[in-house]
This record gives sequence, structure tokens and C-alpha cells, in this order.
Amino acid sequence: MINVIIIDDEPLARSIVKEYLMAYPDMQVVQECGDGFEGVKAIAARQPDLIFLDIQMPKINGFEMLELVENQPSVIFTTAFDEYAMQAFETNAIDYLLKPFNQDRFDKAILKWKSRITKNEGLAPAFSESLRQPEERNRVVVKVGNAIKILPVHDIHYIEAYDDYVKIHTQDGYHLKKKTMNFFEKALDNNQFVRVHRSYIISLAQLTKIEMKEKESYVAKMKDGSVIPMSKTGYSRLKEVLGL
Amino acid sequence: MKQQSQKIVLLEIIWWLAWTCLQVFALNFAGFDWKISITDAVISNFILGLEGYSIILILKVYQPDKSKLYYLLIWSAALAGIYILLVEFALGIAFIGNITYLQFLDNTILLRFGVSFLMLAFISVLGWIWFYLQTQQRDESRKSDMERLSREAELYSLRQQLQPHFLFNSLNSINALIGTEPARARTMVQQLSDFFRGTLRRQDSHRVTLTEELDQLKLYLDIEKVRFGHRLQTEVFMDEKSIGMMIPSLLLQPVVENAIKFGLYDVTGDVLISIQAEVMGDDLRICVENPYDPETTSPSKGVGFGLSSIERRLYLLYGRNDLLTTENKNSTFKTCIHIPQTK
Repeated sequence: MINVIIIDDEPLARSIVKEYLMAYPDMQVVQECGDGFEGVKAIAARQPDLIFLDIQMPKINGFEMLELVENQPSVIFTTAFDEYAMQAFETNAIDYLLKPFNQDRFDKAILKWKSRITKNEGLAPAFSESLRQPEERNRVVVKVGNAIKILPVHDIHYIEAYDDYVKIHTQDGYHLKKKTMNFFEKALDNNQFVRVHRSYIISLAQLTKIEMKEKESYVAKMKDGSVIPMSKTGYSRLKEVLGL
Repeated sequence: MKQQSQKIVLLEIIWWLAWTCLQVFALNFAGFDWKISITDAVISNFILGLEGYSIILILKVYQPDKSKLYYLLIWSAALAGIYILLVEFALGIAFIGNITYLQFLDNTILLRFGVSFLMLAFISVLGWIWFYLQTQQRDESRKSDMERLSREAELYSLRQQLQPHFLFNSLNSINALIGTEPARARTMVQQLSDFFRGTLRRQDSHRVTLTEELDQLKLYLDIEKVRFGHRLQTEVFMDEKSIGMMIPSLLLQPVVENAIKFGLYDVTGDVLISIQAEVMGDDLRICVENPYDPETTSPSKGVGFGLSSIERRLYLLYGRNDLLTTENKNSTFKTCIHIPQTK
């Protein structure tokens, strides 16, 4: 059996997907979710093979939800907004169904998925991360234990590389997120956040002082007392943004 | 523009030279030698040329109204008078002692006055027409610019009224209902049609009664309720005295739309949207409330909540910036619009 989860905040939008799925006796809807929070939990609990995902949903949108999922299943987006198509395919989505869609279009999406699974390309990222241009964002979603937290970017003090993860430092300690430094460097506003080191991105709002440690070697002092090392290029980047 | 005014100066110079030559030959024909003829013609036409140029300069900054065109004649007459005085003075000095010539000068004063007056009048009328046409051309291009801008604004507002996402999501709901509950699908098609007809029929400038506006709003809310199911609940309180009061059409809907979007996407679980209409003094006040999450959203900043366009419209309608107010407390966001009642 192929397990499917439908995540959409409109009940009728979920029911049409269910109806179209009736043509596929080998697929079963194991759960329906009305928002991204439920979606994250359901995906973790059920490990579905395929999800149908709306984009505009309460609290966190479909893209943000995917960021919180550990083992990402195959995704088919269903939305009335055509402006997200590019972004959707960058998440390695199978297909992008524009509401309203009919059974034929739906069948094509399923076919696409099936051929991808048999060719086993489903898990390879379609775009390398460096090619991606994530939209500039004003918030970041993180997991805190089992809960999900939405961090406004102005709450971020600095970001530190940590193996495959990054540590997002805030007033209440740090949050881990499985993303790269490059991702954050691109996603955050370059006038507010500067990558001062291969392993550090700092918030200018939290910067209090630049100090010279040794000759040609500088550190950034933050409001919360932490001292961040800076590389040579990082230091000149910072100077440029500050207009020094 | 600059090139064209250079052209007009060039034309004037040619005209002036031609006229000077003519005068030289006329004087020579009358029996004066070349020296006298040339001096007379050059001096008098030099003065006339300067005066003509000064008229053009005046017209450049001030063009009399069509009804005040006689100003041009008055100017020309005055300048012709000045011209005579200057010519008399200058030529009198130049040919002091030449009795025949001075006699001739005295005899031709009236003729010179007449000719110079006609010449100046001709220049001023021509100049006036020239500048008049240019102003008109400018006005025309400004007018077409304005028309283009207002057409673009109109198109934009039409597109906004059509609300593509609302339409597509509603169609998607209908699509789902067709299979399971055809009767409800029909109802929704009807509601959707009534809603869009109502939206397209109305114009921004129209005022409708509160009851009419609320009827249109109800269609919208009914459709949204089909889409979102039990998650969306609404309540409407209406002061009886406010029933007949007037409101600009389609003003309330974007406020409610904003509240729904804000409420539904900021909170998980059920959302209650409350609409209250009351009379304040002589005026109408309508408040819309929606829940929000104070931890993740700061509505006080007002950005992204689509209220700025409503504020803009209120300003265009009433010329006031204080008609839209918002407040937030206890996880409830409240938007109020104050609608002055003009008689």
C-alpha cells in the first residue's frame, strides 16, 4: 500500500484530492491535516510515501513546513497561486497542481511520481543548493522539542555553523536547524545580517563593537556578550555594509 | 522647445534684415545718399528689432488671455511711441545740421509711427499664437498622460476586484462539491455569480446603504464559509438606527477580507470574525474583529495586512487620514472605520 497524507486548510480541497485518489486502489490516505503543524507531526508519525501540500495555510506555509520535516516524502503541491511554481520545484516537488484541477491533470501528476519512484530519482535534489535563490524572509521556523516555533528574524542574534546543522542564537538560547550557512546567507537580508566568518553570520542590530585582537585579526562583540571571530574577508564585508 | 525658440529668433533676424534693406532703398529712392539711407535704416530698425525681441520675451513669461488680446495692441502702441522718441533722438544727433534730412524726418514721423506700430502688432500677435499653440500642446500631452494613468488605475482596481485567488479557490471547492453534494455546488455557483455581479456592477464612487453593503458582504462570507467549513464563524451586530446610513460601496469587504485572511492564517483552530455597525454622533462606525497570535505577529506595524489601500481610499473619498483606526488587545485585532455621513 502507498501511504498518502493530504495537507490543506480547506476541507473541500482535501476531499477533491481524496476523490481523485479513489481511482488508485493501491493508494490510501492515512491522514488529513488542516495546517502545517499537524502536517509535521503526521509526517513524522506515519512516514508517508507521498503528500499533497497546499502552500497558503495557517501559521506556517507549505514551504516552511517542508523545512521542518526530517525525511521528506515526495511532494505534490496543490494551490491556487501560480506565483510559487518556481520555488515549489526548487524543493524537488513532483508536480504543481493549480486549483481547480481535474482528474486528468491529477493522473498526470501521479504518473510523474510513479515514474520518478521507479527510476529512483525521487530523492536526489533537483537543484544544487548554490543555485537556489530562496526568497528573502522575515521569519524562520524551528522545532523546539515537539513544538514548532516561529522566530522573527529580528530575534536572531547570530547564526553558527554546527556540522550538518546551524545553531540559531537568540535571547532564549539557540535552536538547531538542518540548513547550511549558505542557505541563510542568501535567505537573510544582507543589510541586516553579515557573514563575518565561514561559520558565523551576525545580526548588525546585535553588534556593539568591533575589536582588534591581534594584528589584522578582528572580533565582533555582541549585545549578549558573545565574541564572534571574524575572517579577513568577513571583516571587509562587514566594513562595506557598515559603510566604513 | 529650446531649438524652436532659436528658430523664431533667426526668423526675426531675417525679417529685420529684409526690412532694413527695403528701407535703405526707399530712402535712396527718395533722394538721400547711401550713407544717410543706411544709417537711418540701420538705427531705426535696430531699435525696432530690440522692441520686437522684448515683446517676445514678455510673451514668453506672460501670455494675455484670449479676452485680453487688446493688451497686445496697447503694448505695440506704447512701444511704437517709445520707438519714435528714440529714433528722433538718435537720428537727430547723428545728422545734426543736416536741415533737409531733419525736415524729412519730421515729415515722416507719423508714417514711421504707423509702420512701426503695425510691425510690432504683427510680431506680438504672431508670438502670442506661437506660445498659445505650445501651451496647448503641453496641456494636451499632460491630459493624455493623466488619462493613461487613470486608465491604468482602473484596470488595476478591476483586477483587484476580481480577486483571482478567491475565485480559483472557490471554483476548487465547487469542483469538490460537484461529486459529493451537487445541490450545494449549485448553491455555491449561484452565490459566486451573485457576488461577482455585485462587485462588477458597483463603482468606487458610489454610495450604498449599509443594508445593501451588508447583503453583498453576506454573499462573500457564505462562500468563505463553504471553503473553510466550521473553522470560520461570523457574527454581525447592527444598530437599528444605522440601517439607512450610507457607505461607499465595497469599502467594508476588503476590511473583512483582511480580517479573515489575518485570522485564518495566523491562528490554527476556529476563528470568529465579528462585525459591528453603530451610530456615533451623526456618523457611522463599523468595527471588524479577528483573533491573532500576539507571539508571532505584531499587527501594530500594520504592514502586510492590506489596510493601507483601504486607508488610501478613505483619504481619496473624504480627504481625511484619521478614519481608519486599529487596536489590538487580548489576542484580538480590531479594525474600525468611521464613515462621515454627508447630506
